[in-house]
Amino acid sequence: MATPLTLKELSRKEELFTPGHRLCAGCGAPTVVKMVLLATDYPVIASNSTGCLEVSSCISEYTAWKIPWIHSAFENAAATISGVETMYRSLKKQGKISDEIKFVSFAGDGGTYDIGFQSLSGAMERGHDMTYICYDNGAYMNTGIQRSSATPFGADTTTCPVGSHIPGKLQQRKDMTKIIAQHGVPYVAQCSPSHWGDLMKKVRKAHEIKGPKFLNIIAPCNRGWRTQSDDAIKMAKLAVETCYWPLFEIENGVTKITQRPREKKPLIDFLKPQGRFKHMFAPENEWMLKAAQEHVDAYWERLEKEEACFAPPAPAAAEAPKVAD
Amino acid sequence: MKTWKEVNPGAVILEPGSARKFKTGSWRAMRPKWIEENCIHCLLCWVYCPDMSVKVKDGKREQFDYDFCKGCGLCALECPGKKGQKAIVMEQEGN
Repeated sequence: MATPLTLKELSRKEELFTPGHRLCAGCGAPTVVKMVLLATDYPVIASNSTGCLEVSSCISEYTAWKIPWIHSAFENAAATISGVETMYRSLKKQGKISDEIKFVSFAGDGGTYDIGFQSLSGAMERGHDMTYICYDNGAYMNTGIQRSSATPFGADTTTCPVGSHIPGKLQQRKDMTKIIAQHGVPYVAQCSPSHWGDLMKKVRKAHEIKGPKFLNIIAPCNRGWRTQSDDAIKMAKLAVETCYWPLFEIENGVTKITQRPREKKPLIDFLKPQGRFKHMFAPENEWMLKAAQEHVDAYWERLEKEEACFAPPAPAAAEAPKVAD
Repeated sequence: MKTWKEVNPGAVILEPGSARKFKTGSWRAMRPKWIEENCIHCLLCWVYCPDMSVKVKDGKREQFDYDFCKGCGLCALECPGKKGQKAIVMEQEGN
């Protein structure tokens, strides 16, 4: 039976991601991995593309993983796990293995949105029974904060530095969650570690569905976002509350918002604590704040419309009294 | 450090979770202090800790694992405490 999703019960489980990893103090990624593995009640095999998580969790003779884990290059985490899953199916057919095993791939936003995109797209199309998990910190943090296509509009990175030529990144971020949904896969979802219950429910749901699944999880990075070391969870929460990172799922093409913020906060609440957006608060860059807010508003509005399209029909209204003619 | 002749073929690591042998507690500049009387055992610190450095036994919170805690302070910020009194406070290391 599945472990109940309460912290008390979950704390009795064996930790599958150990301390001693070399990720920065206050990093969001290990929290994401820990939550994913806690929610999983099956034996699990993971591949991990190059990125902060990969280089810091497995250095020389030290590995922080207690599950079978395969290091992949930047571009092929999805292809690697596809191969493992195919071999598993073959062994099962031959009667050499009987366990129900789940396959997971971890990758950062660089390994998902940019470099690993073709292998991910291929794996999704081929329909492997796997869950691809992207921990999105919004830049290539491992190599010193270069822009990726997940970097939000206006952010200051080393490859789109704020200066006399440009005021940070001028493009909006790529909407990866919807791009994968457009592959026609059975399940995609967006999660945040600040809402651990929602995240774990989605991981469980993904494991129960056969076919390719994709989870996009925000993972704040205090070095790249230029925030304090203690506010990863606070920033993730703000991302959800400002609708910068809405929590939703698309199951068989049906969109559902899983956590609606009680009150939609202005985007500046999320931007203000981050040093990478500092320049946007200068008087001459006011247009940037406006553009960023408009983008978030438009996305949220569209998401609500998409959800409304699939909402169950309202109970039929009482028949209107007939007016005598 | 092992030479290439001593490592397993393919640099495979056969011991799961061997990172436990690498203690990261020395990275810490700030030290979290647990105040037991303010703790409601909600375990939020445990689930959010990026370094798995909050020990829990039978659903009850126990002392920090200072061998690995990097002192980020995330637990202290997220701690709801009891009646507005935090159960985790950060202190300068070495005092």
